[in-house]
Amino acid sequence: MAGLYVIIAGAGKVGWNLARELIEKGHEVTVLEQDRRRYLTVEQELEHAVQYGDATELWVLERAGIQRADLVVAVTGDDEDNLLICQVAKEKYLCERIIARVNNPRNLEHFKLMGIQPAVSATDLILRLIEHEVPRYGLVHLLDLPEERLEIIELVVADGAPAAGRRVAEMSLPDGALVISVLRDGSGFVPKADTVVEAGDEVLVVLDPGLEAAITREFVGENGLG
Amino acid sequence: MFVLVVGAGRVGSSVATSALRAGHTVSVLDEDPLSHERLDVELGQSWEEAGGRFTIGTALELDALVEAGIDEATVFIASTNGDNTNLVVSQIAQRRFEVPRVIARVLDPRRAAWYSEQGVQTICPTQIAIEQLEQAALSSD
Repeated sequence: MAGLYVIIAGAGKVGWNLARELIEKGHEVTVLEQDRRRYLTVEQELEHAVQYGDATELWVLERAGIQRADLVVAVTGDDEDNLLICQVAKEKYLCERIIARVNNPRNLEHFKLMGIQPAVSATDLILRLIEHEVPRYGLVHLLDLPEERLEIIELVVADGAPAAGRRVAEMSLPDGALVISVLRDGSGFVPKADTVVEAGDEVLVVLDPGLEAAITREFVGENGLG
Repeated sequence: MFVLVVGAGRVGSSVATSALRAGHTVSVLDEDPLSHERLDVELGQSWEEAGGRFTIGTALELDALVEAGIDEATVFIASTNGDNTNLVVSQIAQRRFEVPRVIARVLDPRRAAWYSEQGVQTICPTQIAIEQLEQAALSSD
């Protein structure tokens, strides 16, 4: 992804560091900061790549060249601001890609309601890391498709789990869940109804959101959830 | 009508008291308990005794909106002192709670104009002031 023009609203820790990284990778960046003192601090390093102004105001976005922006990232400390900046970027200026920061995870549903996605909250990111880094949690989210209401998860079949040693057809999987792949001894295959799943297999399951607990019970057992 | 007013500053509290005097059900949501006193003063009696409802809470908290009665509201007025809060909460009232009439006070004329094109009814005091000032200063007589 070479040569993007990125507008970043908010020169806090996130915005400033993001700008630095993007500039290093060869992208063109404009950061917008409404606090005069913060602006002057950041300007010493970023120079012309930072502008003073309230990014929720249309003329400030236009002065920054929002009409030609490939990506707008709203990372101010204020969720209302981030939401409206992204809404205007997407719906008024038809910017194709937006990313919003959610400071208070309870506001995430407001972002969803207005169709502002992706909306990223630090709490969510840390939770995902926990799911990835802590194996006894049992379950790793590989892909979430909230619009399509589907997700794909990966599990290691535990010793003594209900599914261990059973044929796929005999498993008590809820409706809306399907085993799509089994990885065993370093190679993967698509299971059939009579495939026997063994302890130690890694299985990929596609499922409707909300079925994680039932799936974990089947493949990891009651003790699987840490 | 059931009128829910979010933000009872000068504008919100005046509209709320007028609506109550006109016989409507009125509920006010504001994060500052002091705005309750303003309602009492404007009304000349206790807001609750006159039949008004008052909830302390912030506009973006769904629990506070529900407690203030947004599910029954037929008119929703967003009149906090922040344009951004008003624009967000009025869209929540419209899209999530499907309140039939939603009005937002927006000081910034350009955004007031754009959001009303998007279906959010906005009132822009700045625009009204500009027009009246121009009229007063530049009219020929």
